[in-house]
Amino acid sequence: MKNFSNKYIFLFSAVMVIVVATLLSLAATLLQPRQEKNLEIEKKKSMLESINIPATAKNTEELYDKYIKESFVLNAKGETVTGVDAFSVVLRNEQKKNLEKQYLPVFSATSVDGEKVIILPVEGKGLWGPIFGYVALKADMNTIYGVTFDHKGETPGLGAEINTSLFEHQFLGKKFFDNDKFVSIGVIKGGAKEEDLHGVDAISGGTITSKGLEKMLFDCITKYNEYLIKNRQ
Amino acid sequence: MSEKEKEPLLSAKNIKLFTAPLGNDNPITVQVLGICSALAVTVKLEPALVMALSVTIVVAVSNVVISAMRNYIPDRIRIIVQLVVIATMVILVDQFLKAYAFDVSKQLSVFVGLIITNCILMGRLEAFAMANKPWPSFIDGLGNGAGYGIILVVVAFFRELLGSGTVYGFPVMEKLGLYKIGYENNGMMILPPMALIAVGLIIWFQRSRNKNLVEKK
Repeated sequence: MKNFSNKYIFLFSAVMVIVVATLLSLAATLLQPRQEKNLEIEKKKSMLESINIPATAKNTEELYDKYIKESFVLNAKGETVTGVDAFSVVLRNEQKKNLEKQYLPVFSATSVDGEKVIILPVEGKGLWGPIFGYVALKADMNTIYGVTFDHKGETPGLGAEINTSLFEHQFLGKKFFDNDKFVSIGVIKGGAKEEDLHGVDAISGGTITSKGLEKMLFDCITKYNEYLIKNRQ
Repeated sequence: MSEKEKEPLLSAKNIKLFTAPLGNDNPITVQVLGICSALAVTVKLEPALVMALSVTIVVAVSNVVISAMRNYIPDRIRIIVQLVVIATMVILVDQFLKAYAFDVSKQLSVFVGLIITNCILMGRLEAFAMANKPWPSFIDGLGNGAGYGIILVVVAFFRELLGSGTVYGFPVMEKLGLYKIGYENNGMMILPPMALIAVGLIIWFQRSRNKNLVEKK
C-alpha cells in the first residue's frame, strides 16, 4: 500500500467533496420540477379519489380540471379569505399557527353523478408519523360523500389499512353533525353498530392509528363548523 | 501488468464472481450482511424487487467507482471515501425514483436512504473493489446485488402470499376460493420477526444441502 502525504489526503478530500456536491446539486436542481409535479399529481389524485373518481397518473390533471371546479380559503370564522391559493396551502404548516390565523382550504366539485360536493383536507398523527386525507361532503354539509386516507409510515397490515377501500367505504353516508351539534365520526374498537351514523369499525391491531384518525377528523372538520352550518342546503 | 495477456470479459473466473453470491457465497444467507433491510422491505413483492434493483445498481456502480480510484484513495481515509461514494449513489437513486417512479418511492420511503447503511455495500467495497480492477468489481457488485435480491424476493413471496394472500398484488388466495372455506391470512407474516425466521429457514435449507457451509466445531 502506497503512503500518501497529509497534503495529498487533504487535497483528495477537498476535490472529492466538491465533485460530489456539484453532482448532487445538479441532480436535485434538474429533477426538482418533475418531483414537484409528482407531488401535485398525487394531491390531485387523492382529491379525486375522495369523490370516487379513480385516476391514474396520466389522466389526473384532465379529470381534476373537469370535476374540481373551484377552490377557496376560509378563516376559522367561516369567512372567505382572498388572495390565497387553496391548492398551495400546506395543512401541516397551518396547524402550527393560531386558529384565527389558519387558512382552511375548501375545494368544491361536481361528482360523476352530478352531485355538488365539497372536499376538505384533513391531516393528523398516526402511530409512526403523519396521516392525512380528504373528506368529501354532500351539499347538506353533513353527510360524507367519500373519503380517502393515506399515511407516511403506519405498520403494514395494521395501521396502514386506513388507506384501503375496505376501511374507507365504511365512512360513506356517515354524518358529522347531529342537528346543529358537531359530533364527528368515531372509530370504534370492537365494531360500530350498523345504524350508528357517527361511528365506523376500528382496525384491529391498529388502535393508535385508528384513534389518531378519529382525532384528525374531529380536529380538522370542527374548524369548518361555522361555514358548514351556514351553507347547509 | 500491461505485459499480461488480456483476460476475456466473461472468463470463467468472472462468471464465477457473478454466480458465487447467488448460491454458496450469498451476501444474506452466508455472509450474513444486509439483514436489516431484508426484514423491512419484504412484506410485499414489489418494494422487494425495487429495493433489490436499487441495491444492485448502487453496489455495482460504487464498486466500479471505488475500484477505478483504488490506487489513489489514501488508505487512512478509505472508509470515508467509500461512504461518500455510496451515499452519493443512494441519493441519486432516491432522487431519480422520486422523479420517475413516484409510487414506488412512496412505498420504499425511508428504506432507500437506508441503503447507505446496508452492510453489503461497505463489505463489497472494502473486501473486493479496493483490491480488484473495475470490470471484475462491477460483476462482483451485480452478483452480490442479485444474490441479495433473490433472498429478498423469496422471502417477500412467502410473506405476501401467507400474510396478505396476494402475489405481486394479485389476490391468489381469493381466486382459489380459500377464504370461503375458512382460510385466513396470517397477520404475523407481515411483522418483521417473521422475515427473520424466513431468512433463518432459508439458511437452514441451504446449509443442509451444502455441508461445506457449516462451520467446523
